[in-house]
Amino acid sequence: MGSTLAEKVWDEHVVRRADGEPDLLYVDLHLVHEVTSPQAFEGLRLAGRQVRRPDLTIATEDHNVPTVDVDQPIADPVSRTQVETLRRNCQEFGIRLHPLGDPEQGIVHVVGPQLGLTQPGTTVVCGDSHTSTHGAFGALAFGIGTSEVEHVLATQTLLQTRPETMAVTITGRLGDGATAKDLVLALIAQVGTGGGQGYMVEYRGEAIRALSMEARMTVCNMSIEWGAKAGMIAPDETTFDYLQGRPHAPTGADWDAAVSYWRLLATDDDATYDREVHIDAATVTPFVTWGTNPGQGVPLDGVVPDPQWFPSEDEQAAARRALAYMALTPGTAMRDIAIDTVFVGSCTNGRIEDLRAAADVVRDRQVAAGTRMLVVPGSAGVRLQAEAEGIDGAFTQAGAEWRGAGCSMCLGMNPDQLGPGERCASTSNRNFEGRQGKGGRTHLVSPQVAAATAVLGRLGSPTELGAG
Amino acid sequence: MERFTVHRGTAVPLRHSSVDTDQIIPAVYLKRISRTGFADGLFAEWRRDPGFVLNRDEHEGASILVTGPDFGIGSSREHAVWALLDAGFRVVVSPRFGDIFRTNAGKSGLLAAQVDASDVEALWAAVDADASMQVTVDLRERTISGSDGLSAPFVIDDYTQWRLLKGLDDVAVTLSHDDEIAAYEANRLPHRPVTLPSATFESR
Repeated sequence: MGSTLAEKVWDEHVVRRADGEPDLLYVDLHLVHEVTSPQAFEGLRLAGRQVRRPDLTIATEDHNVPTVDVDQPIADPVSRTQVETLRRNCQEFGIRLHPLGDPEQGIVHVVGPQLGLTQPGTTVVCGDSHTSTHGAFGALAFGIGTSEVEHVLATQTLLQTRPETMAVTITGRLGDGATAKDLVLALIAQVGTGGGQGYMVEYRGEAIRALSMEARMTVCNMSIEWGAKAGMIAPDETTFDYLQGRPHAPTGADWDAAVSYWRLLATDDDATYDREVHIDAATVTPFVTWGTNPGQGVPLDGVVPDPQWFPSEDEQAAARRALAYMALTPGTAMRDIAIDTVFVGSCTNGRIEDLRAAADVVRDRQVAAGTRMLVVPGSAGVRLQAEAEGIDGAFTQAGAEWRGAGCSMCLGMNPDQLGPGERCASTSNRNFEGRQGKGGRTHLVSPQVAAATAVLGRLGSPTELGAG
Repeated sequence: MERFTVHRGTAVPLRHSSVDTDQIIPAVYLKRISRTGFADGLFAEWRRDPGFVLNRDEHEGASILVTGPDFGIGSSREHAVWALLDAGFRVVVSPRFGDIFRTNAGKSGLLAAQVDASDVEALWAAVDADASMQVTVDLRERTISGSDGLSAPFVIDDYTQWRLLKGLDDVAVTLSHDDEIAAYEANRLPHRPVTLPSATFESR
């Protein structure tokens, strides 16, 4: 019997397999940032250990950095200490770092693919749950905690028990106005936030094949939001075209050898998955969350649900609690919900295609009075490219704020936060209570819906503007 | 890491499902560079409500958190585990844990005990009836027991159980297999990328 994509990549990375023990897996690429690494480096120092493979490690500053005045010292002394600690650690242990102000600085999950470091068939880990993003290349990529970061730094390996496999097959094609973000939000609403628990998921089918590399990253990014260990897509011509010519992509004979190898990674025809889920792409329309977890979503055409509609007592209680926090009344049309803040950015939707799509909607229009729109490129590279294309002008002329690169308002660790009671349409990945700032309320949306919402001052889609 | 064999203490019922790590400790508390000192961030927002279960006098000093399914989903922040430990918790009981949280717990000496949903209900009812009930969590036997014959098995993988019982440092165990890692490295595919040296890096 054949193997699945996930099984092939897993098996190729087993350093040691022994009865009663998890597999010891080799790590091809370790991404590091300032928030989840200081205690790991300190652990190395206390034990007198070195970083085993600095040449398979790369660091960037993203979670805790400001997106304005990036040439100034960081104002918050605690944030500054954390960032300076990363700089010291990288210097001490010989790790390549892209600090604030560097042209390659940015969110780790935007920077890795952009540099061509994320490649098919590799294992990629990072002390960040959205490491699943890199699965879009057919890499086995997952988030780890700080103890595991220390383990990878010291050994370049991780102890892991092999999860089961799941196929999510998206048949047909996405309709006009439906995006990768809508697709994955609709999927999570269907399967629930725990639906992927214990699985390495492979997204496949015609609709996935038709997605660009960046759209595939959006889908894989959200894998953790339904609990999956990893989310992967088999590499194909789209993948190879994206990679070729990037700074760390193989060249010459190495490129040919790599592509030949990458083609072998696709799931064999006679392989089976432990679980299968099917979705008809034609049913996907712009999607938006109403609650406080990414599974609490409805089509934008829908209404705020009544908790009584949910089958289990547990879901009903969660819905009641979410509605109270979100200050929403059942039956309200989603399009009638007024929005005071729009955030475009994050490792989910902060890449160049996302910014282009949002810019196309706001170009020659104005952000509604009383609404603030924040556009935060996923990396300095994305920002520079956007500026070269004149995209920044479309945003600033519409009245949006054009910022420096970082995680920003996705998690509100830096000064980009919602105030209590503020309501945000956000292209990020989590609508948890207080995620974007204490008391803030989040509706997850695509870049297109975010941009239309900014113009309308309420949740809405580009079609309402005669755009898109 | 401290060894874990048997723990006795009182329990606190947290009647929520899908408690994400942003709730366990909000991002603004993650700026410290130490491994301790995170207790003040534990459930920081929920604790502002005087009626929140962890604020109630009868649960003062509780060391076992009994909660609904999907505890610890979301962000990978190990700070969530450290905050629970700093606040005096040694055990979290839930029908299902977020993957990364469960792993982080095992690495830092917090026991993540997975039990049937019906056993969570039974524990909640028993603690409601008597908040001072002593609960015993036995990692060797993988059981949780209270008064009046209340007893529930819990699930934990063999390897994590073994490491917790021994209080072993994972890194040291893995480094004992250094020859196997080196053998793997000698046979890695030649076209795998490296971060060093690089044109962009060398130019600075």
